[in-house]
Amino acid sequence: MMMFAFLDRGRTIAPLGYDRWRVPPAALAVHLSIGQVYAFSVFNIPLSHALGVATPAAGDWSLSTIGWVFSVAIVFLGVSAALFGSWLERVGPRRAMFTAALCFGGGFFVGAAGIALHQFWLLLLGYGVLGGIGLGIGYISPVSTLIKWFPDRPGMATGLAIMGFGGGAMIASPLSVRLMEHFRTPTSTGVAESFIALGAIYFVFMMFGVVTVRVPAPGWTPTRHSTSGAATAARVAAPNDVAVGQAVRTPQFWLLWIMLCLNVTAGIGVLGQASAMIQEMFPGVISVGAAAGFVGLLSLANMGGRFAWSSLSDVIGRRATYATFFALGTVLYAAVPSIGRAGNVALFVLCYAVILSMYGGGFATIPAYLRDMFGTMQVGAIHGRLLTAWSTAGVLGPVLVNYLREYRIAHGVAKADAYSLTMYVMAGLLVVGFVANLRMRPVDARFHHQGVAP
Amino acid sequence: MSERNAAGQPIALALGWVIVLIPTAWGVWQTIVKSLALFR
Repeated sequence: MMMFAFLDRGRTIAPLGYDRWRVPPAALAVHLSIGQVYAFSVFNIPLSHALGVATPAAGDWSLSTIGWVFSVAIVFLGVSAALFGSWLERVGPRRAMFTAALCFGGGFFVGAAGIALHQFWLLLLGYGVLGGIGLGIGYISPVSTLIKWFPDRPGMATGLAIMGFGGGAMIASPLSVRLMEHFRTPTSTGVAESFIALGAIYFVFMMFGVVTVRVPAPGWTPTRHSTSGAATAARVAAPNDVAVGQAVRTPQFWLLWIMLCLNVTAGIGVLGQASAMIQEMFPGVISVGAAAGFVGLLSLANMGGRFAWSSLSDVIGRRATYATFFALGTVLYAAVPSIGRAGNVALFVLCYAVILSMYGGGFATIPAYLRDMFGTMQVGAIHGRLLTAWSTAGVLGPVLVNYLREYRIAHGVAKADAYSLTMYVMAGLLVVGFVANLRMRPVDARFHHQGVAP
Repeated sequence: MSERNAAGQPIALALGWVIVLIPTAWGVWQTIVKSLALFR
C-alpha cells in the first residue's frame, strides 16, 4: 500500500553527508520503550486487586497467575527475535520498528481490554503474546543498523541502544505508579486506563524512532572527521560475512550462546531476588526501604554497565571483555558469602553493583562480538537467534536462585546463609563461560558468504 | 544532501538527543532518589 511506502528500506537510505549521530536516538526511542517490560511487576499487586480494588476479592487473579504475563512476554521476545531476524534484514529497520510499535502499543490496548473485562486470556494474549512479539522485533531492529553506521565503534553504538532497554524500566516504573494514582477511583485500580495511556505513549515514542531511523548507503564508510586515526581504520575493516543459516552451524555461535546464557543466568536470578536477598542476608540491618534502594542501585549499575563495558570492548576487544566478565564475576560471586557473613554491607553492595554492570555489559557487548565473528551482513538475524539464550537463562536463573534457597532452608540452613550455595553455583557457571570464551576462534573460511552481500 | 538540509542537521541532531535524554534523565533521577534509602 502507498501509505506504507515510507517504511520501505529504500526510503530509509541516508543521503551523502548524513550525520550518523542522528541514528542512535532512533534506536534509543525503541529500546527505552520496550525496556518497560522489566517494570511490569509494578502492576502485580493492583492486578491482583482488580475486582476487589482495596483488597483481593473472590475471582481476583492470584500473583502466581499474573506472573505468567511477564514470563510469556519474555518467551515471545526470544521466539520472535529468532523468527523475525531474517525478515528484518530483508525489509530494513523502519518497517521492523513500525511493526514493533504496533505490536507493543497494541499489546497494551488488548491487555487493557483484558483487565477491563477481567478476562485473563485476553491480558495474556495482549501484553504477553502481542507485546512480547513487539519486544523481540523491537530489540533486534536497530542493532545491525547501528553496527553498519559505527563499524569503528560497534560496541559503543549497540551499547547505547541496549542501555536504553536497561533504562526503560527506570522510566516505566515511576511513570506507571503515577498513572495508576491518577486513574485510581473507589471502583477501579486504574490499571486498565494506565495500560491505554502507556500504549499510546509508547506507540508515539517508538514512532519517533520509526521516522528518524536511517541506514547507510551501500559502501558507506565513516569519514576521517568521525573516526580517529589509523588504529580506528584497522577496526573498520569488516570481517568475512557469514549468512545466518551458516552461522548457526558454527561452533562459534554455540560458544557465544553458552556464554550469553551463563552470563545472563548469573545476573537475572539475583536481579529478581535482590530485595529479599539483602534483607535476609543482613537481618535487622537492611529495612524494606533500603532494600528497594539496593534494587534501584542495581538497575543503575545494569544500565551504566551496558554502555561502559560495550564501549570498553571497542578498545580491549570482545574476547578480553568477556574474559573479564567471567573471571571477575567468579571472584565476586565466590567472595559474596564471606562478605555477607562478615556483615560488610558496603562491600556487599559494591560486589553486586559490579556483577550487575557485567550482566548488562554482556547483553550490550554480544552484538559487537557477533559482528566480529560473522560480519555485518546478517548480524541482526544472527543476534535474534542468539537471544534464545536469554529466554533459556530467564527460566534457569530464577529457578536456580529460588530452588537452591528453598532446598537449603528446608535442610535447616539459616536464611542468612541460604544463598551461599547459590553463589558458589553461579561462580561455577561463570568458570564454564570463561572456558567457552577461551575456546573462541575465527570462523572457518568454509562458512563465509561467497556472493555479494545484499 | 542539499545545502538547506545540511544546515538543519545540527538542529535535528540536538532535537533527537533531547527527545530521548529527557525521559532517560528523569528515570535515572527517580532511581537515584530511590537508591538514597540504602545509604540512610
